[in-house]
Amino acid sequence: MLQGKVSEIPDAVFGWAMRLCGVAVVALLGLIVYELIVGSQLSWHAFGLKFFGGQDWNPVEEQFGALPFIYGTLVSSLLSLVIAVPLAVGVAVFITEMCPVALRGPLSFTTELLAAIPSVIYGLWAIFILVPLLRTYVQPFLATTLGWTGLFSGPPYGIGMLAAGVILAIMIIPIISSITREVLTVVPQHQREAVLALGATRWEMIRIGVLRNARAGIVGAVILGLGRALGETMAVTMVIGNRAEIAKSLFAPGYTMASVLANEFTEATGDVYLSALIEIGLALFLVTIVVNAMARLLVWSVTRGQPAKGVV
Amino acid sequence: MGVGITVEHLNAFYGKTQALFDINLTVLANHATALIGPSGCGKSTFIRCLNRMHETIPDARVEGKVRIGEFSVYNGTSATQLRRRVGMVFQKPNPFPTMSIYDNVAAGLKLNGFGNRKQLDEIVEKSLNSSALWGEVKDSLHKKSGASLSGGQQQRLCIARALAVQPEVLLMDEPCSALDPISTGKIEDLIFQLKEQYTIVIVTHNMQQAARVAEFTGFFLLGKMIEFDKTEKVFTNPSDKRTEDYVTGRFG
Amino acid sequence: MSTAPTAIVIPPISLWRRFVDRAMTGVAVLTVILVLLPLFAIFAYLVYKGIGSINWAFLTQTPKPVGEAGGGMANAIVGSMVILAIASLLGVPLGIGAGIYLSEYGRNRYGDAVRFISDVLNGVPSIVIGIVAYAIVVMRQKHFSALAGGVALAIMMVPTIARTTEQMLLLVPQAIREAAYGLGVSRWRTTLSITLRTATSGVITGVMLAFARVAGETAPLLFTAFGNQFWNWKTDQPIAALSLQIFTYAISPFDEWHRQAWAGALVLIILIVSAVTAVRIAVRRGTLAGA
Repeated sequence: MLQGKVSEIPDAVFGWAMRLCGVAVVALLGLIVYELIVGSQLSWHAFGLKFFGGQDWNPVEEQFGALPFIYGTLVSSLLSLVIAVPLAVGVAVFITEMCPVALRGPLSFTTELLAAIPSVIYGLWAIFILVPLLRTYVQPFLATTLGWTGLFSGPPYGIGMLAAGVILAIMIIPIISSITREVLTVVPQHQREAVLALGATRWEMIRIGVLRNARAGIVGAVILGLGRALGETMAVTMVIGNRAEIAKSLFAPGYTMASVLANEFTEATGDVYLSALIEIGLALFLVTIVVNAMARLLVWSVTRGQPAKGVV
Repeated sequence: MGVGITVEHLNAFYGKTQALFDINLTVLANHATALIGPSGCGKSTFIRCLNRMHETIPDARVEGKVRIGEFSVYNGTSATQLRRRVGMVFQKPNPFPTMSIYDNVAAGLKLNGFGNRKQLDEIVEKSLNSSALWGEVKDSLHKKSGASLSGGQQQRLCIARALAVQPEVLLMDEPCSALDPISTGKIEDLIFQLKEQYTIVIVTHNMQQAARVAEFTGFFLLGKMIEFDKTEKVFTNPSDKRTEDYVTGRFG
Repeated sequence: MSTAPTAIVIPPISLWRRFVDRAMTGVAVLTVILVLLPLFAIFAYLVYKGIGSINWAFLTQTPKPVGEAGGGMANAIVGSMVILAIASLLGVPLGIGAGIYLSEYGRNRYGDAVRFISDVLNGVPSIVIGIVAYAIVVMRQKHFSALAGGVALAIMMVPTIARTTEQMLLLVPQAIREAAYGLGVSRWRTTLSITLRTATSGVITGVMLAFARVAGETAPLLFTAFGNQFWNWKTDQPIAALSLQIFTYAISPFDEWHRQAWAGALVLIILIVSAVTAVRIAVRRGTLAGA
């Protein structure tokens, strides 16, 4: 009844348009890599590998060494992991194994809410609420109890590596927790039942039947959290003190790769300065890619490629 | 008015696996032809070759000739155009879930550019009447979604949707296997009436159903067509022993 | 020899094991409290510190010069909307297109590569994307602009939208597509009018998630949009953004600006939550009974 010849052309055009969109995604990544490499050429030629070992960041004399930033990024991220992982895993275990079914939805929703808060608002809260708290109560306490370690010495500014670590921890808890929850849920019920049937308490069941099975996935979740922490910019910039120095104490101010970019990119006078900053950006890019790829492989190996729900 | 179908030397493949071996048959216009056989014998694959749905599976391939009326199915004509002349009803009812009943029936027309509202109204009513659903849904045509109906009603909706584009042939792939006996009975009555206007090919694993609705029956086994004859003969006096074994229930 | 089996006495669960079990439950509850604490603290302080400063002046005026009281963030609020509009215009079609590719045309090796790269793109730090947008747009045009900011945010939206669109489209049963093919509907028409239409509410949710994620971003705007104390409607000038303004004010030494930073933060959160909720309601109302 429907008359008229059917042309194959619209189908072909549409198909190619969609494929083009897919190619565009690849092209975007290529563009990022290209611009970062091109932009950092000047700095690479000037300093070579010494760039990553140099401790001296001196724009005035055009001496650029990125070690303080690498140090700051690593220390703040690792500190945040130390704080965040027990909390995130604890929450995940509670939600999946211990909590009454009715509470599960609201609790997981509330932890996801933490992920929705923009970084700059975390920073704002950190500056005016967290830092005074650290300065007045926490840092003196740590100095008296654990000062002998050398990690908690020096004047308690409040602002510094410790503050950065704490706010980062709060920010990465949601992602570690949600991936861990997924990984725990995937553990088959018969594993739990097998352990319970042997007369184990609930905690023993969790420890032996669930956590042990989900180990790889939890490690993956933690590494994903690390990846997020490495790239986090605003909140860290607002509380880390922005001083390009390597210090042992966590009370000392520091500087991360992301922070120096945030603070100095628009101020960069001179092509070498800008190129050095872009080279830091390239380093940050490579590190986060590798870390994220490792993390995804681990998580995928446990969940068998089932897509993560929600934003990851 | 329906048209006849001729199939010559049809072979169908899924990648390297061959699913149909040298099928030859002729379907008479304005008759119902049933295809029976045990699971996996290729009858569904065959019927999907008639409207080139087989091609939607990656790596699927067809060799041979099929003619619907004077229209050659596999010779450079577009599959989309072919499917406007051949309607299909699937095993599990699949109305479009986000569309109303009206939009479901009109979908084939609207999506192909046919927009005249008054004519659409007429065609929708006519198609729903042909599928014996009009009385049950005429008051909620635009309000209820296609998916909110019962199983039997959904299948009749799918039949109405297929009929709305006024095909010449109606292919039905086990249309009642997901339905209860009462809905099945209603649809079998439908097929009886539709025969006068369309050529119907129906795949069924229910031999009693084939006996009830079809004048001709083809028996498939392991990708080959073993026998094709008047339904009466196939069931009471089959020529091939394998047919006899199947219809008497010795296997399958 | 007696053939009766010796009775086995299973000792009751030791006190220690029971204690550990209880203690670990307590520890788990403690972690939940510790995690929820900052969440409530942040929201509480946002409201407490911000609510007093949100008034008509704040919402309609531009910033006053340093030292003067009053003024507002009107230009920043509008600026954010402009940047987000540009980002959505660029990012949403591309993201949905990529999602359609992955689901309908990309069930093969090439699609896997795109999928993987999309995930990689998702993990790139937002400040790095800011650098790239700077290189592509700002360096070429020799000025900061809303376009540059929009490009940066669009790049961030694409991977999220592509993946959620793909997942939503994959949820549409193959039977629905077959029903359309069976009616003689061409493939492109089927994909858009049937498949995508069936998945609409899920796709829109995915877009909103991406939108909410970039709405609060600051880092990529630092050297693209750059910020502006005044109204700006020109595309060749830097433009204000709410998140940028909050940042600038928060790190400043002025109490007056701190006060406004809290107000701005509260407005930002409210806008994000409202946008997401509004879309949720609109999507729900647009669907039929029983669909």
